[in-house]
Amino acid sequence: MKFLVCISKAPDTTTKIEFADNNTKFNEAGVQYIVNPYDEWYALVRALELKETLGGTVTTITVGGADDEPVIRKALAIGADDAVRINGSANDAYAIAFQIADYAKKGEFDIVFTGKETINYNGSQVGGMIAELMNLPYISLATKLELAGNTATIHKEMTGGVEVVSLNTPFVISAAKGMAEQRIPNMRGIMAARTKPLQVIEPVACDELVTFVSYELPKAKSACKIISADNMAELVNLLHTEAKVI
Amino acid sequence: MSVLVYIDTLSGHISKSVNEAVYYGSKLGAVTVLTNGSVDASALAELGKFGAAKVLVHRGLNTNDAVQLTRLVAEAVKASGATKIVFSLDLTGRAVAPRIAAHLKAGLVSGAISLPDASGVYKVNVFSGKAFGCVKVNSAITVINLTPNSISVETGSGTAAVEDFSADCGAASYTVKSVEKQEGDILLPEAELVVSAGRGLKGPENWGMVEDLAKSLGAATACSRPVADIGWRPHHEHVGQTGLAIRPNLYIAAGISGAIQHLAGVNGSKVIVVINTDPEAPFFKAADYGVVGDAFDVLPKLTAEIKKLKAQN
Repeated sequence: MKFLVCISKAPDTTTKIEFADNNTKFNEAGVQYIVNPYDEWYALVRALELKETLGGTVTTITVGGADDEPVIRKALAIGADDAVRINGSANDAYAIAFQIADYAKKGEFDIVFTGKETINYNGSQVGGMIAELMNLPYISLATKLELAGNTATIHKEMTGGVEVVSLNTPFVISAAKGMAEQRIPNMRGIMAARTKPLQVIEPVACDELVTFVSYELPKAKSACKIISADNMAELVNLLHTEAKVI
Repeated sequence: MSVLVYIDTLSGHISKSVNEAVYYGSKLGAVTVLTNGSVDASALAELGKFGAAKVLVHRGLNTNDAVQLTRLVAEAVKASGATKIVFSLDLTGRAVAPRIAAHLKAGLVSGAISLPDASGVYKVNVFSGKAFGCVKVNSAITVINLTPNSISVETGSGTAAVEDFSADCGAASYTVKSVEKQEGDILLPEAELVVSAGRGLKGPENWGMVEDLAKSLGAATACSRPVADIGWRPHHEHVGQTGLAIRPNLYIAAGISGAIQHLAGVNGSKVIVVINTDPEAPFFKAADYGVVGDAFDVLPKLTAEIKKLKAQN
């Protein structure tokens, strides 16, 4: 089995979000980057588990600049066999999906994995776009994936419940919480990652369909009003007459 | 301008987020609604109140198969000449909107929380609710995935014309083997009022008081990540960075300290009430109202007061 896992870099979940250049750019000063948690904890780890039981290879793919490489090496340390970096900018979901689909079409992958969304853009876009561009089925928000031969059984979230579906490879899947457990890379993995192949390829021409022109921070909350634990009547009154939410 | 709004009605009813998507679409142009559920024509005609001029109904597709729905939406786009396509950012929107966007080579505004401004710029959620992005679309057709609970809806008195719509959606791309439905609860992503609790509740046996408060308000229940991870509460109640992101009018959190990962799931809430024994809990910084106290003491009292208020009104 050949698995391709789409990896995106994301600011660490505890990052304080700030913008630079007149609110047109994310301020990267002092930001610690991680592998997007959905890509790493769920998509990558499940691909590795399947490889360990069924055999095969796990390749990661990233669209981004050279400064994405530490994050790519982390995915290799967790256990991916090799990595591809498409030397483009990760600004527009369609452009990212187009680059990945262009590569994946040539690779005869059985499953292309993405995370449910990235924690910086939260778009849930790239997986579905890759599937459409490759003309493959797309299972979004999968919480469980089992493979027997080339037949997959998948639990996917649906509005108000869970759907259990089956289909044959190849397909594209987006991984949500439940798919696998986070793995911490060990020293052997970290050492091995240094010498694993990381192929850099140049992007193909593609239009950018959306542009982020600027960013805004939410308005600062006014100070929290503290209400005595013995006076729930006051809290209810405030929620009713001041906040008008009940 | 012609607008197509795809709505998911497979559950057999029309949800609040559907009404929001239709209303949103009506602010962009003349709305044609497309659906494939089992909701009957008279109920669909009511979408006129939210601004729908026409509803196209395709019967026979009983799953949210993204391959088939993309073909269905593409046919309806052709038939209606729509240049704006609106989805609700629910599970169907997440599966289908990116596909149809790629299919039409149309820019996708994912997680929209506003109508476009005068220069066509949309506001979307980014950085897990910690910021907003302002997005411009460079293509002729725009696809929008609207975040539930982000716009306020006004109703009119119109009635929509309901028409059958047939399209060749091709073969299913997967087989549905079984469906496990969550029964009875108010769906968390579109709940206006949410009562949530964390490890401070000490055990699943103590959730009765959380449910009592939720019931008195007509609220949905939610929980923090550790509580879902230990199995005290079902996974679909988990709000936060790796769970659901919600935007209710009121979020009441008891026994949750408010780690940044939890805030990522709830900071779109209009009003936040935090109940915690620790006055230093970080959640108080994000709260509008705070109660320093024991949830075991505070929740029943709060429930009693809510019941009093409800009895008066």
